[in-house]
Amino acid sequence: MSTNIVQVRRMAESISTARLVRYLLLLVVLMFGFGFALVPLYEVMCQAFGINGKTAGAYGGAQVVDEARSVRVQFLSTNAAGMVWRFEPMSDEMEVHPGASMEMLFIAHNPTDQPMSAQAVPSVAPARAAAYFHKTECFCFTQQVLQPGETIEMPVRFIVDRDLPKDVHHLTLAYTLFDITARTPPAELAGR
Amino acid sequence: MSAVIDSHAATGHDHHHGPAKGLSRWLLTTNHKDIGSMYLWFSFAMFLLGGSMAMVIRAELFQPGLQIVQPEFFNQMTTMHGLIMVFGAVMPAFVGLANWMIPLMIGAPDMALPRMNNFSFWLLPAAFGLLVSTLFMEGGGPNFGWTFYAPLSTTYAPESVTFFILAVHLMGISSIMGAINVVATILNLRAPGMTLMKMPLFVWTWLITGFLLIAVMPVLAGVVTMMLMDIHFGTSFFSAAGGGDPVLFQHVFWFFGHPEVYIMILPAFGAVSAIIPAFSRKPLFGYTSMVYATAAIAFLSFIVWAHHMFTVGIPLTGELFFMYATMLIAVPTGVKVFNWVSTMWQGSMTFEAPMLFSVAFVILFTIGGFSGLMLAIAPADFQYHDTYFVVAHFHYVLVPGAIFGIFASAYYWLPKWTGHMYDETLAKLHFWMSFVGMNLAFFPMHFVGLAGMPRRIPDYNMMFANFNMVSSIGAFMFGVTQLLFLFIVIKCILGGRPASAKPWDGAEGLEWSVPSPAPYHTFSTPPDMTDEHEHRAGPSHG
Repeated sequence: MSTNIVQVRRMAESISTARLVRYLLLLVVLMFGFGFALVPLYEVMCQAFGINGKTAGAYGGAQVVDEARSVRVQFLSTNAAGMVWRFEPMSDEMEVHPGASMEMLFIAHNPTDQPMSAQAVPSVAPARAAAYFHKTECFCFTQQVLQPGETIEMPVRFIVDRDLPKDVHHLTLAYTLFDITARTPPAELAGR
Repeated sequence: MSAVIDSHAATGHDHHHGPAKGLSRWLLTTNHKDIGSMYLWFSFAMFLLGGSMAMVIRAELFQPGLQIVQPEFFNQMTTMHGLIMVFGAVMPAFVGLANWMIPLMIGAPDMALPRMNNFSFWLLPAAFGLLVSTLFMEGGGPNFGWTFYAPLSTTYAPESVTFFILAVHLMGISSIMGAINVVATILNLRAPGMTLMKMPLFVWTWLITGFLLIAVMPVLAGVVTMMLMDIHFGTSFFSAAGGGDPVLFQHVFWFFGHPEVYIMILPAFGAVSAIIPAFSRKPLFGYTSMVYATAAIAFLSFIVWAHHMFTVGIPLTGELFFMYATMLIAVPTGVKVFNWVSTMWQGSMTFEAPMLFSVAFVILFTIGGFSGLMLAIAPADFQYHDTYFVVAHFHYVLVPGAIFGIFASAYYWLPKWTGHMYDETLAKLHFWMSFVGMNLAFFPMHFVGLAGMPRRIPDYNMMFANFNMVSSIGAFMFGVTQLLFLFIVIKCILGGRPASAKPWDGAEGLEWSVPSPAPYHTFSTPPDMTDEHEHRAGPSHG
């Protein structure tokens, strides 16, 4: 019987098996981490390519207004499921010259007898124009707190880029308003 | 590690220890054949359970209108059917085949990590016990589809979703351990002289599947962990209100999900690549190209995931990239189909049950591949998305693909497992009933899908009534036929014509060099493969 040879061979195998398993487990851990790394990676990709209606950062171009060109910007307001506030823009649309700094006011009203907090999430359509839409100030940058019955006017200031593709004549800025009272109590926000 | 086997002081004859007696044999076994059998039985039980859920679905869809179940329960049925078939039936069946056959094919005494092997099996009953128990909980089980898109599976999920998450974690851990075991076995325990290019293709496809599993199951674990955190710990990975994005869920899920569909088909490619040469009495045509095609499919599977998401709004360049990358997969897959057909070409073919299932596999899987190409065309996908056309497509690649591959493997290796020949007449009846039933069930779904019938809906427009009735009749036929398969297998275990060591005259491979049934311990002394030739492309290999 070649038992000894077999046993020696098995010992040699189990040593290299242990090393192999360590490498494979390392791969498992790395891939688990990669799943989470996709979260910031996705953010970066969306910002870089203006995907998903994520708007571009600060306006880098010269502040020269292109008087010859006019783009229509529409405003939409939507309440997420379960949100009871009245939430709407002062005007449904406006004509904008690329390069010009513009402002629109949104009105929010809390009809309940409880203080509530809210978060607006913006989106620009068409998606390929989102990278050319710069917000210099927006109520969506912070959370809103409204006392019972309170009404506020919330500004958004924006510049449409002069490099906006020529075939885009029409942009939509849409906000969805989420009730975040349970997640972030109004008292907590007021203290900031 | 192998010392575990040797310490089994049990009754035995000259060279081999026998199995322990009673229940503890199965609870504590580290024997690859015992564990393989348990995997196969478990997967068949799950196949019947998931199948009975499909029967509920088809019974409700027999006629338009709501007759049998409420929409809430219907949603739970479609969800559980998908989850159980993917994670409970197909994947464990292939792990079972790997456990049984890979050590026999490479001349190894057992798997590389026998105790972990036992643990990875016994996690599965726990996982599926947990998953199925949610059906009896208040608020019902998972009802958000097997793809569990957020926010359906987070904000709007039933309370039982936490149990679902834990069950997915358990299955994931089980699959990862199983895959590590297979990879370690293949890389470290091959008989002397068995180089990589001498391995049977089933071993090759499983090696690549093992790496796919190790790469993507952790990502699935990650995505359900994010769900858990969103539901219970106040994070906002998938919640727009907190700065997250539901579309992110789809990206992470399909980064796992697309390689997953190849995990379910590559081992079937390997099994069919063993069976077709055996019954054509010719060596496999293009062995080397088969290996490279498998590797190419595995690589491409990582860069096509967004073709499941053409309609969520990705930029045009993205749609083009994912469209062309997806179509590229047809090239290595076409190489495989070409090789199988060339293997059969001018062979002296016979059509025993394993061959019938394999030939049907080649034809019907190709049909599923073609409908996949149609879905890959981004502008057309806007019409097909979430319709029954998609249901028809993935059932054509999974039923006559993965499941026929498993049936073919079962019939091919049953004589080796049991020592008896199965009843060929009944097996042929099983094949033809399955073939007709499956085509009746799934072919009309192409038509109703193209006409706009949405998936995952318990009711439908009157104009789809006739095709749906045909689908349901076919599904009932396919379902009942699987009880015949159970009968054939039990009959084969209990008795039948004794099988020789190599019952198929055209079969090749080390597994046929051991007696039938395979002794409890095989290849304690490894065979020497040094003088065997490596596989070469073309028919010169003998």
